[in-house]
Amino acid sequence: MAEIPDDEYILKTTSACAGCSIPLCLRYITKAAGPDTVLVIPACCTSVIQGLYPNTAVNIPIYNVAFASAAAVASGMSEAFRAAGKKTNVICFGGDGGTVDIGIQALSGALERGTDFLYICYDNEAYSNTGMQRSGATPLGAATTTTPTGKKEFKKDLDAIVNAHNPVYMATACSAYPVDLYNKVEKALSIPGPKFMHILAPCPPGWRYPSDKTVALGKLAVQSGMWVLYERENGKMSLTGASKAAAKKRIPVEDYLKAQGRFKTATKENVAELQQMVENNFKRIEKEVEGIC
Amino acid sequence: MSAKLAISKPKEGAAGKTGTWRTFKPVVDMELCNKCGNCERFCPDGTISKDFEIDLEYCKGCGICAEVCPKKAIKMVREE
Ligand SMILES: Cc1ncc(C[n+]2csc(CCOP(=O)(O)OP(=O)(O)O)c2C)c(N)n1
Ligand code: SF4
Ligand code: SF4
Ligand code: SF4
Ligand SMILES: [Mg+2]
Repeated sequence: MAEIPDDEYILKTTSACAGCSIPLCLRYITKAAGPDTVLVIPACCTSVIQGLYPNTAVNIPIYNVAFASAAAVASGMSEAFRAAGKKTNVICFGGDGGTVDIGIQALSGALERGTDFLYICYDNEAYSNTGMQRSGATPLGAATTTTPTGKKEFKKDLDAIVNAHNPVYMATACSAYPVDLYNKVEKALSIPGPKFMHILAPCPPGWRYPSDKTVALGKLAVQSGMWVLYERENGKMSLTGASKAAAKKRIPVEDYLKAQGRFKTATKENVAELQQMVENNFKRIEKEVEGIC
Repeated sequence: MSAKLAISKPKEGAAGKTGTWRTFKPVVDMELCNKCGNCERFCPDGTISKDFEIDLEYCKGCGICAEVCPKKAIKMVREE
């Protein structure tokens, strides 16, 4: 296990809701990245939680940019740093709406150009900052303000889309496993080229659960297989942390769903379909881990 | 033509004294605490010091520290 530095780059405190995953993730991302880093942030909760102008709670330079542009901005920034002989880490930190839907073409372009950067999508599975509208990352059956009776479609498989670009490194993480998150960010930043991380980030008001359950919910997501912790280095996939155990034995998806108010209207069929999705995912992942596909 | 760029400076309290948000406050029983570090590790807002002192000026009272404490050494107590 890596020695995690005591340094804190997120000053007391951001204006994130009590129990929010975002500052928890940012604490560990910035510990891994260190001070020679620039964060590029598209419109999302993270744009507004930084504090009130002219002050900010984040003691690392941030460039706050327009929604669809984050990965394109990061591309130019990374080129400029490298041209000046600087190794400064360029990290995009965007929400699911800003990544899965709105920023996807800029992300695709930056990955294809081989930009030396790390794109991190923190996924709270809705447009949270504007009041929990559904996004492409909202799971089947989840109620949002625009799907009050539950979303009818499955979550978009962003990781499969990113994987099709063959990034040098890609990984998933979850705010409930900060050490795993730290290790992956540290590894990603040690490799030149385009890197991608996707972090499940439970959101108390959006997912409708009490603020003390953020870590518990992230663990239920992983233990049920609704979220899988893995990394792919140069195309080679391996499961990490609690997902190694989840590959063999899982708790029912329903245990994860019933801990959240957003799934109150989910139907029996939704639950069965989500359980089937998890089983299919693990079949595919096991094959990939064994090198069969 | 020149445009003024809005630049913020890092500062503690940039989002105000978020301790005023609390309805419940964490109280640590040092007799029960085994110094495992879980509370400090998981506090989203970094309001717990390495000696497990909680900064009540900023602690938002989310209750995560109490939830992740294996010794049940942290109680969430209603604010007066
Ligand atoms: C072009 C544009 N459209 C809409 C908005 C309003 N807006 C700001 S943040 C946000 C939600 C972003 O959702 P997501 O990327 O998932 O991040 P989250 O808020 O959930 O952290 C929206 C719709 C905007 N700022 N710019
Ligand atoms: S709405 Fe959700 S993601 Fe946004 S600050 Fe609040 S808890 Fe965090
Ligand atoms: S989690 Fe509990 S036992 Fe561990 S250091 Fe904190 S108060 Fe002590
Ligand atoms: S209640 Fe929440 S904000 Fe306060 S110390 Fe505990 S984990 Fe940190
Ligand atoms: Mg979101």
